[in-house]
Amino acid sequence: MIQVEGLTKYYGRNLAIQGLTFDAEAGEILGFLGPNGAGKTTTMRILAGYMPPSSGSARVAGFDVVDQSLEVRRRVGYLPETVPLYPEMSVSEYLTFMGSLRRVPNLDDRVEQVIEDVRLEERSESFIGNLSKGLRQRVGVAQALLHKPEVLILDEPTIGLDPAQIIEVRKLIQELGKERTVLLSTHILSEAQQVCDRVLIINRGQIVAEDTPANLQAQLAGGERLRVQAAMETRELIDLLCKVPGVTRAEATGVEGVVELASAPGHDIRPDVARRVVEGGFDLLEIRPVGISLEEIFLELTREEASAEAEGVPGA
Amino acid sequence: MRNIWIIAGREFRLYFVSPVAYAVAGMFLLILGGLFAAQLYAGLQFGQVTPDGRIVIDPLVTILLFATPAITMRLLADEQRMGTIELLLTAPVRDWEVIVGKWLGAMGFMLALLLATWIYPLILHRLTTPGIDQGVLVSAYLGLVLMAGAMVAIGVLISSLLNNPVAAFFVTLLVLLFLWIVGVFGRGTGSGSELLSYLSFVDHYYSNFYQGLLDLSDAVYYISLTALALLLGSQVVEARRWR
Repeated sequence: MIQVEGLTKYYGRNLAIQGLTFDAEAGEILGFLGPNGAGKTTTMRILAGYMPPSSGSARVAGFDVVDQSLEVRRRVGYLPETVPLYPEMSVSEYLTFMGSLRRVPNLDDRVEQVIEDVRLEERSESFIGNLSKGLRQRVGVAQALLHKPEVLILDEPTIGLDPAQIIEVRKLIQELGKERTVLLSTHILSEAQQVCDRVLIINRGQIVAEDTPANLQAQLAGGERLRVQAAMETRELIDLLCKVPGVTRAEATGVEGVVELASAPGHDIRPDVARRVVEGGFDLLEIRPVGISLEEIFLELTREEASAEAEGVPGA
Repeated sequence: MRNIWIIAGREFRLYFVSPVAYAVAGMFLLILGGLFAAQLYAGLQFGQVTPDGRIVIDPLVTILLFATPAITMRLLADEQRMGTIELLLTAPVRDWEVIVGKWLGAMGFMLALLLATWIYPLILHRLTTPGIDQGVLVSAYLGLVLMAGAMVAIGVLISSLLNNPVAAFFVTLLVLLFLWIVGVFGRGTGSGSELLSYLSFVDHYYSNFYQGLLDLSDAVYYISLTALALLLGSQVVEARRWR
């Protein structure tokens, strides 16, 4: 549904994104994850037909974003990050205006329907300028859904919402993702983990990782990690556990008697670890697998980039 | 074409909920009404009221100079400042349709203002015998509409260039003033004086329309100026995407 190849964008001399290549299938929720300023908004603006790329190409629903911009725009629903809406229009006025530009059939009924979908029935005649941030966000979502687009591009859809609203919007996105392609940007990792079928991690304008949230975790954790606690000195414990077959690394955690072990994937070392501690005559208090969270992966990936830059990579 | 009307309709309606527009309309009609009343009063005292509808037109032209920037300043500058242009430009609308729609919406408001000033010539017509020359009046108003069209188009162009409505107001005023006085320099002799007087906004108006003469070349001047400004405006909107 979305095909992006070698997408690059300069603002003047500043490189915003560099050689992005990715696809999104129909009915997929693709998460765009990255720190602020990574190039998420730029990419989404290009895909929504707001600005052309400096080089590279992008196709949305089979149409080129530069040569067939109007066709692309007809098929995309877009929610910009700042949710820019006309403050001096009422909710229903605004939606009617956008809907008529988009030639939505049976416009009045459709407007009523989307207002219901985002639960704004009671505020439909309020001026947008008088709405809270969360309610405005819903108007923005309503505007993006109005013409039943094949592709939805949502730039940070949950930013600035309260926790209850965040849960609501996430639910809504998951609902929508069943029948259409959703491209969603966020810098909240748990959100990507929860909502998305697939995640692209983008940093400094480049894709640094791409996979399902589950695979990313497995792949980057590089095997299993265990947390072991025993009633003994950390030093001794490390010495003891280093000799367990399969252990690649044992390190202190800072808490007395607690050690973290890394091991090769596909080899369960837990029985050996337990036996070794008990046979050594010590009391084993805890063995617990430690999952690496998307949060850590993200930090890992973006840190690598940051240190590469410190070594003097051009263009940084 | 439909998009133009949709955008124009939104802009037109917006003027009636905007305090700035009411301030402009109020100022417009107040100054004009005041001047008209003063002239009428003076005329009555001397027992003679000039039966000429153009006593309304003269101040109107000057007022337009200040009213136009106020009417056009926010059209695009405000959208660019607030970012609302992003949703307009990601709707399936061509850039020129946005520009022409904005112009048409502002012209609608302008025409409503001009229409409201017809009341004064009508009063004058009732007060005098044999009444005023209606042919001259129609010609003068027609010229005024064409001139206002070009002025609004220039306002739209400048609004598209800036992100700040207040800046757009002053720059538009400056450009219009320049086009206003440029003819004065054309009155002299020497090379370029003909060009300068051709460029002049007022010369095209006062030499023909105002006298009751309809000259196609003057109409062409205003219409081509309008078209040029709107074309440039569309280019500006497109160029902003590429930045």
